[in-house]
Parts: sequence; C-alpha cells; structure tokens
Amino acid sequence: MFYFSPMSPDSVLSAPYVLEYTYRRSVGPVLGRFLAGLRDGRILGVATRAGRVLVPPQEYDPETGEAVGEMVEVSTRGEVASWAWMSEPRPGQPLERPFAWALVKLDGADTALLHVVDAGSPARMRTGMRVAARFRDERKGTIQDLVCFEPVAEGA
Amino acid sequence: MREVAIVSFAQLPAVRRDHVREDTEMLLPVLHEAVAASGIAKKDLGFTVSGSTDYLCGRPFSFVMALDAVGAFPPISESHVEMDGAWALYEAWVRLQHGDVDSALVYAFGKSSLGDVRAVLTQQLDPYLVAPLGPDSVSLAALQARVLLDRGRTTEREMAEIAARSRRDAMRNPSAQLRFDRGADLLLAEPYLVEPLRRHDCPPISDGACAMVIAAGDLARRVSRRPVFIAGIDHRIEAQGLGLRDLGDSPSTRLAAERAGVARAKVDFAEIHAPFTHQEVLVRDALGLAPGTPINPSGGALASNPVMVAGLTRIGEAAARLQAGDGERAVAHATSGPCLQQNLVCVLEARS
Amino acid sequence: MSDVVKGIKVPVRLAYTAIAGRDMTRFYQAIREGKLLGRRCPSCRKVYVPPRGPCPTCGVATVDEVAVRDTGTVTTFCIVNVPYEGQTMKLPYVYAMVLLDGADLPLPHLVQGLEADQVRMGLRVRASWAPEAERPASMEAIRWFEPSGEPDASYDSYREHL
Ligand SMILES: [Zn+2]
Repeated sequence: MFYFSPMSPDSVLSAPYVLEYTYRRSVGPVLGRFLAGLRDGRILGVATRAGRVLVPPQEYDPETGEAVGEMVEVSTRGEVASWAWMSEPRPGQPLERPFAWALVKLDGADTALLHVVDAGSPARMRTGMRVAARFRDERKGTIQDLVCFEPVAEGA
Repeated sequence: MREVAIVSFAQLPAVRRDHVREDTEMLLPVLHEAVAASGIAKKDLGFTVSGSTDYLCGRPFSFVMALDAVGAFPPISESHVEMDGAWALYEAWVRLQHGDVDSALVYAFGKSSLGDVRAVLTQQLDPYLVAPLGPDSVSLAALQARVLLDRGRTTEREMAEIAARSRRDAMRNPSAQLRFDRGADLLLAEPYLVEPLRRHDCPPISDGACAMVIAAGDLARRVSRRPVFIAGIDHRIEAQGLGLRDLGDSPSTRLAAERAGVARAKVDFAEIHAPFTHQEVLVRDALGLAPGTPINPSGGALASNPVMVAGLTRIGEAAARLQAGDGERAVAHATSGPCLQQNLVCVLEARS
Repeated sequence: MSDVVKGIKVPVRLAYTAIAGRDMTRFYQAIREGKLLGRRCPSCRKVYVPPRGPCPTCGVATVDEVAVRDTGTVTTFCIVNVPYEGQTMKLPYVYAMVLLDGADLPLPHLVQGLEADQVRMGLRVRASWAPEAERPASMEAIRWFEPSGEPDASYDSYREHL
C-alpha cells in the first residue's frame, strides 16, 4: 500500500511505488547448455547448417529459420565489434565503475555477444581491440557468470 | 487494395512531465479533437485501436483504463497493440481492407515521466542473456552509432547538425518539446553522455498522446476536402539478438520502403522516427530518399519523443502537412525496438 | 559435459511515481476530512465515486463535483479464506462491492461487524472511519463498512449497478 502526498502546492497528489516481478524462466535445451558452459568457465555457440557459429546460441538459424546443429565451444577471447563508454553506470549494470558496453566477437564465432569491457578509460577502447573473458569465481549458470571482458595485449 | 485516407489528426503538445493529468485525462482532449475534425460521428466509427505499453506507467492493463476516454458504450469493436501507435494504424488499415467497416479511430499515449524510461525500455530485450545485464536504451543506441562512425557512414558533426536542425525546425511546431536554435559547434563542445553519443544526439523524455481518424475512399472524400491517402504501408522486423544484426544497416526499413512503394514517385518530404541522430542517417539511406529531400519539418522525435506515440505522430504530422497543402506526397516512418529493430513505412498522397 | 541449466531467476524491478490526477486528488483530500466526493457525467448524469476522469460510458469529462453519503448497499461480495503475503485481516473476511447512496458505480471495500456467513446482497452498510488524526489520503481512511441496522435494500434498487 502507498500513500499519496502533494507534489507541489498547485499540483496533484503523487506517491512513489515499485513494481517487482520475481520471474523464473525456463531456458530450454540450447540456452541451458550455453549457461551450463558458462558455469564451467567455457563459452559455447551453436553451428547452423550453413556452418556459421552463433554466440550466444539461438534455437534456430535467424537467416533461414532452420533448426540449428551441434553446440561448439569457442574461445573466451575475441575482438570488440562496437563499444560505447558508460561513464555513469546505472543501478543493476555489470560494473559500478565506468565501463564500456561492447559487442564482442569471440574467436571461432560469427556473431557478437553483448557484454561489457572493464577498460578503466575510454582512451583504452577501440573497435577491433582484443579482449578476454573474466569469469566469476562462484558461478551459477547465468550470464552474470561472466563478470566482464578485459583488454589483452595485441596477439596475446 | 481498398483506398484508405487519414482524415484527421490531433496531438497533445509533448511535455517533459505532465504533473496533473492521468493517461485518460491526457487522451480525452485529443480524442475529441480528432473525432470532431474528422466529420464522422463517434458512434459511426467502425473500429478503435490503440498503441501503448503498460510498463511505461507501471499499471497493468492501463490500455483498458484508457478506454474510459473513448466512451466504449454501447460495446465497441476495439483492439490494442503493445507497440507504437503507428502499428495500431497498420491494424486499422488492415481492418478497413476487410470492407465491412469504413472508418477507424487510432490513438496512442505514453507518459514516460512516471518511471525511468531507460530502464523500462530494457524490458523489451532478450530476458535471458541481455536484459539481466541492464543495458539501457541510450547505451544500445551508442553501440549502433559507433558502427556508423567506424564505417564512415556519418560523423559526429553530421549528427550534431541533425540535432540542431531538428530543434530549430521544432520552433515552428507548437506541439514540440525542445524548440531552440543552437548550432552544431556549440553542441559538439558538450561532453559525451554515452560515448559516442552526446546529450543532443538523444531524444527528450516526453509525456504525450495523439489520435487519428482514418476512412475508406468514398467516406474520406465525403468528409474531407483534401483527404490524405495511404498509398502504401508495410512493416518489417529484424532478429532480436543485437549481435545477430548488422547495426550499420536497416534492411527492415529498406524492405518496408520497397513494399510501400516509396520510389514510385517524387517524395516532397519525409517524417522519420529517429529518436537518435545517427538513426536518421540510417533510415534516410534505407528509405532511398533523393538527396535534399526535406526531413522532419516537425522537428521529429529529437524534439519530442513520447514513447509509443512518436511514431504515429510522424504519420500524423506528415498527413496534416499534406492536408494543409504543403506538398502532394510524403513518406512517414515509425520504429520500435532497440536500435531500429522494427520499422514501418507509410507513403501518403494528398488527393483533392 | 555438465548438466544442462533448466531455469534462471530474472527478477524485474521498476520504480515509478504514481500521480493521482486532479479529480482523485480532490477525492483523497476530502476523504481525510471524512467526506466522499464524486463526479457527475454531464451526459448520462451518472455519479462516479471515486471519480475516474472521463465517464467510461460517454467518453466525456465528468464536470460537477458531487458529495455522497457514507452509507450504502452491498451489491455483491466474496469471502476470502486464502492466506496471502501482506495480509492484515483475520480470515475469513468479506470483500464487497458497496454502492454508496448517491453513487452509480459501486466501490470495493471490506465488510466487518458481522460473521462472514451473514453478509448478503442488499445488506445496508455504513463507513467505519479511521480516527481523524490517523486518516491517510487513501481508501484506508475508511477502515471498513459495517451494518447500518437498516432493513435490506430491495434487489430492484441496485440491480442496475451490479
Ligand atoms: Zn456518461
């Protein structure tokens, strides 16, 4: 229950309120294996019939609608396909200090994964830079098992 | 296809925060204005459809409450889309193609001021792997802008010029929210909000509502001196996964434009629903507009951006302009989803 | 390969500021003073308490403010036997639609002061107000409705308001 209080003298009553949904989602066999992979510290994709590797995996080929084939492990390293500098992180985002949102194309994958890069400063960011996944020590089988990506030296 | 025309359009001036009015109270005057201007009695309207999202106000089934403003009695034939009102217009247009009803009321409403719109829009993302990370609408748009900048498809200067032009043009639009003349040099001196986007590259947060009446050929000619016909309308969607898409292209806009027949004749002006400056570049190119085609004489979504309303407003603005005699043929565009995931293209032609 | 993950918890939390609107603000201010205000539709003359902006039947703004009495009739009700989180009432209790005298749309509220199995359609009730000093600007300014002692209302008197 909440109570209204005046917003301003000539205005109307207002009250703060919060909506919370405690959703629990079943993830299906494809995402279920991807998340189990994260729990093991590995990143899995899925191969389409045309041989493209989708990371994160999809249940179907987005280009043809065909069922996908085998799960394949890809590297935990890759390159940044695009990035945006979050100088003021918002509540609930992966890092509390400034970071980069990034689309990361992992080695062995043909599509990019959305996550963040802990680079300290936008000066350290550029498209095409190499990054490596940093996993949480205690993993639960969620996307948050990946803390972030971090810059690695060229060719490393 | 059955001829369908827009015969009236009304909008509430967009504001940052309407302290006083609830959704229904905001809708009431625009519904009355649109119906009165249509020349069709409310009881004779064959169909009613709206576009809105409950997450915006945090009130489940708020679209049902909004029907209070329509006065849905005796029981009316009614529908709702959890989309921008432009998709409600599409449904109404399809409904009129059935041939058994001749007119429809279409409306949209959105009060972004009640919540945190950047967080609300996160709810439309993949709930398994993306939404749990909490990426907000501005950050995702910034990722897309970076792709265009990296490819040399636009520059930060061009983006600033789009922002400056939009708010300058909005000075002639009494319904627009951001109306000022501030040049690109001034804008480029500002810091980044989410690099590579500055505040001027982003839309304002707005409360607003709009309404439109459409009618089939004969009825439209009877009630309107200069009905604005929907010569073509189509919408297309791309994959949900941002990493699956080429964010530097808008194939859904291109296909919708093709299907709507944009290129069949000269386009006098375009109303593009591009909440972020770089998105105007993407949509403009995907629509295949001739160089120099005037874009967003209304100021566009960069001047006022009531969520779920701004797309239908583009179509309404274009129709109103044509109805007033400012051109014969226009293209209006609406978008939905992150980074222009879904796009609707509507070709409008005034026929006296 | 390890077990497949079956499900994940993905809680959603969104914070808002609700605004009451002009008419509801008047209503909430009045209810703290022990008064019930509604609005009358200029077209069909129906009185809505609480007010609800436009008349849902006519789609026009409700203009005239109308004060109604704090007595009314139970039009329909249910008996709640299910415990749930945040519950403050002792089970079983009655949740009813109360048509206030002078109003055309019943409002939902609690009915107390008699056994649940004694509550009936047509029961005449009166508001039990919270003490003035504790009255919130909400429907909780009325704690519940209780029998007024009048004879039951006839079905015909509320059949159009069910
Ligand atoms: Zn009425």
